[in-house]
Amino acid sequence: MSDEKETSTRNTGTKTSRASILAAVRRAKPAPLPLPDPREPSRGKTSLSSESPDELVERFMDAVEAAAGSASMVDAAGVRARVSEVYPEASLAASVDGRWDFEDVRKVDASNVDVLVCAGMLGVAENGAVWVPESGMGLRAAPFLAQHLVLVVSRTEIVEDMHAAYDRIRIDEDGFGAFIAGPSKTADIEQSLVIGAHGPRSLLVLLVP
Amino acid sequence: MSHDFMELPVVDHAANAERFNADVERTTWHDESLWHIRGKRDRAAASVEGWEELRELASQIKSHMLSRLDHYLVQFERQAEANGVHVHWAADAAEHNRIVHAILERHGAQRIVKSKSMLTEECGLNPYLEQHGIEVVDTDLGERIVQLMEEPPSHLVTPAIHVRKEEIGALFHEKLGTDAGSIDPQYLTEAMRQNLRARFLDADGAVTGVNFGVAETGGFVVVTNEGNADLGVHLAPVHVACMGIEKLIPRADHLGVFLRLLARSATGQPLSIYTSHFHRPTPGRELHVVLVDNGRTNQLARPDFRESLKCIRCGACLNTCPVYRRSGGHSYGTTLSGPIGSILTPGLDLEKFANLPFASTLCGSCGDVCPVKIDIPRQLHTWRQVAARAGHLSRGKRLVMRWAGRIFGRPPWYRRTGRVLRSLLRLLPRKLLYGPHNAWGRARELPNVPRQSFGEWYEDNRGKG
Amino acid sequence: MTVGLFIPCYIDQFFPHVGVATLELLERLDCEVVYPRDQTCCGQPMSNAGFMDEAEAAHRNFIEQFSGFDYVVAPSGSCVLHVREHVRAAEAAPHGSDSVDAAATHAGADAGEADDDPGGRTYELCQFLIEVLQVDRVNASFPHRVGLHAACHGLRGLRLASSSERQDPPFNYVAQLLGMVDGLELVELERPDECCGFGGTFSVSEEAVSVRMGRDRVADHVRSGAEVIVSTDISCLMHMDGLIRREGRPVRVAHVAEILNGTANAGRTEKGGEPGGTESGDAESGDTEPWGTKPGGTR
Repeated sequence: MSDEKETSTRNTGTKTSRASILAAVRRAKPAPLPLPDPREPSRGKTSLSSESPDELVERFMDAVEAAAGSASMVDAAGVRARVSEVYPEASLAASVDGRWDFEDVRKVDASNVDVLVCAGMLGVAENGAVWVPESGMGLRAAPFLAQHLVLVVSRTEIVEDMHAAYDRIRIDEDGFGAFIAGPSKTADIEQSLVIGAHGPRSLLVLLVP
Repeated sequence: MSHDFMELPVVDHAANAERFNADVERTTWHDESLWHIRGKRDRAAASVEGWEELRELASQIKSHMLSRLDHYLVQFERQAEANGVHVHWAADAAEHNRIVHAILERHGAQRIVKSKSMLTEECGLNPYLEQHGIEVVDTDLGERIVQLMEEPPSHLVTPAIHVRKEEIGALFHEKLGTDAGSIDPQYLTEAMRQNLRARFLDADGAVTGVNFGVAETGGFVVVTNEGNADLGVHLAPVHVACMGIEKLIPRADHLGVFLRLLARSATGQPLSIYTSHFHRPTPGRELHVVLVDNGRTNQLARPDFRESLKCIRCGACLNTCPVYRRSGGHSYGTTLSGPIGSILTPGLDLEKFANLPFASTLCGSCGDVCPVKIDIPRQLHTWRQVAARAGHLSRGKRLVMRWAGRIFGRPPWYRRTGRVLRSLLRLLPRKLLYGPHNAWGRARELPNVPRQSFGEWYEDNRGKG
Repeated sequence: MTVGLFIPCYIDQFFPHVGVATLELLERLDCEVVYPRDQTCCGQPMSNAGFMDEAEAAHRNFIEQFSGFDYVVAPSGSCVLHVREHVRAAEAAPHGSDSVDAAATHAGADAGEADDDPGGRTYELCQFLIEVLQVDRVNASFPHRVGLHAACHGLRGLRLASSSERQDPPFNYVAQLLGMVDGLELVELERPDECCGFGGTFSVSEEAVSVRMGRDRVADHVRSGAEVIVSTDISCLMHMDGLIRREGRPVRVAHVAEILNGTANAGRTEKGGEPGGTESGDAESGDTEPWGTKPGGTR
């Protein structure tokens, strides 16, 4: 195959396995089957595509609440005030690059951060998820270490569903990125929902103009 | 396969299930816990317009991927390496374990954290690393519970679904020093949070599974609700992601299709809390992907069963399976239990797992919930034929079926046998009829048998006309 | 239109009254019904046990018996599904081919592709009434609360109704027909289409789970206030009835053909297994409970 190349041997001695696995796949695979285009068939069927931006925002906020997060609208200048209001006890609040007048998360001990404020790129109305690229986190571990997480996203950046979301983002633009759709949770003990498993105990999504 | 299982003889699901059912109340609880998840899944699926079209789309994307798997593997490798990710190839479980160990050893890792990965269960990675002096902490709460209990997971999404909170309370009291008798899930979860927080900060290596590998970009996606995978990998100096070769999807925009289906099918959530996309290592750290075959190319070579490789490990077929719900994951004696386990596992060791395709009524519910439309009931049926042809079913069963097949081929024999059978059922004393050989009659009455068959009635009433 | 009446072996031997009800019902709907005398079994028991090869003689006999009919109709979704999926005029998949699953690889994998395949012409009774005869009324009355047991092979194999797993527009052939019966009230179940646990040989090879599943189903019907559990498949009903009678549960079972034919009189199962429909005049009534009414044995 033309797209094959010699793999680097700096890794453990898996070169023979590479060849043998690929050979086994070629022997085993069925005749080529067509690749359907996710943009074509059922996507247009979603009745929600005619929603106005306001309706999308409303549905997005409902979805955040349904996932045990909370969402509210603020002016860009009001982010800091709203965070202090919601988390009055926080002794260390930090943000990416120190934006919105918080500490720069890269200049503090991330494991001690009570509230971390990240910049989300877009929100998804069908599930309340916010796409946060590494550049919006400041530090990869930070959004998972913080006791409470705040995601700031523009209310003009709400899309209807995951298809629309992937149309808008480039997943490899940063080295890491995540959809975050609520506070950390688990139901591993008798299916009882517990908020605050290993990560943040709460999630606040702030929608700015 | 976890190593514990590999050493056991032929799995007898029926016997295991009978033991499980001996505790009636617990069986009720287990059934209802899983049915509850099935209900959540139904509501989540109903909220998506075009759900059935979405399943079809997902199914076709996976079929396409399998038909060009070699191409996508090579593309994935090329892109990943261009991104600075180390890619390894493991033909089997042993090689997988050696590769992971070698990477960790090079980093001098002593204490690693691992998020849920059915592949590492299948390969028996934990015992292997522990034998080599590396401590492994499973960080998913459910996985940690079964790890502390020294049991394998009983469910691929909710590993401790079989454990009651009283048992977890006692376990945490012993292992974590929680208050005796405390069984509040909130309290117990908090205790584990505190306990594992230190381990996350302290870990010198992190292992995860992979939900989706994206050939186009050479990246991969890991999904959790607890945030445990991310806490592990972003704090440790090295991240090893273990991935079955069938986890690939061609393009980034296909993620939209699969992620809309995955969490809804698994837990009834519209999306898991954390859907993390990995493409390049944090500067100064290392990111490794191990591509594992371990029997997958064998399964790909089986036309009847290759579709089973489309599985995205949502667990919906377990939650809906009336047999799984009433027999528990451990009764299957496999890493992957339930319907999907019963079509994947016989491909690894047919003799040992020949009974699993029979742990089903072929009710079809698994096929109808499957988000990638794997025809599980048909594959269960076909595995039965394969097991029989390979001679792995009991001789008694074979004889009965051969005898029955002959009788059904000869109408006069059939009629005579029917008459004799009905007479016996009518005339034999109850004690004899309901002897120990009669499995039906242990808990059930036999039907009240008529003197006349329909054929005889027809002969009498219509035949002469 | 000539209809070949397919009475599966266990109905022939154990539940002839279901066969009679089916025959009478089809005749009342102006079908010319022929019962091929030499029919035996569709082959499903061997096939589901893993011994498809041993079902070959049964398959051959089935094809022989039912060639030349416009339609073949049976009061069993399970047997019809087997015929549709596995009975092929030309037994496909020679040994040594890649696939052991004949049906899956047979041209198109659709039922009854070839003209002489019986699959495409074989219908479960309710499916035949709705899809072919397009019945919109039945002359029957059954003033009872009925729990509908959705037999799995009819439901998810033949698609006699939308299943609870799929997000299709809801429909239900059997409920539609029962809705035409005077006085009949369908109760709502907690789990409307969970399997009863019969599963053919599963009922004995996995006895513990099978029994537990059956108990749970019966309990759901009882809780929902059903007086009678009705289904397209008497195999499921036989399993549940075995539990009902052993445990003295306050509910009984009836095949949908009996209800639609107006022959499912109250107390019918107490009499058990008599072939006689309304006109049979079978001489055996009275001799009905060889083992007494409440055997009451325990495990």
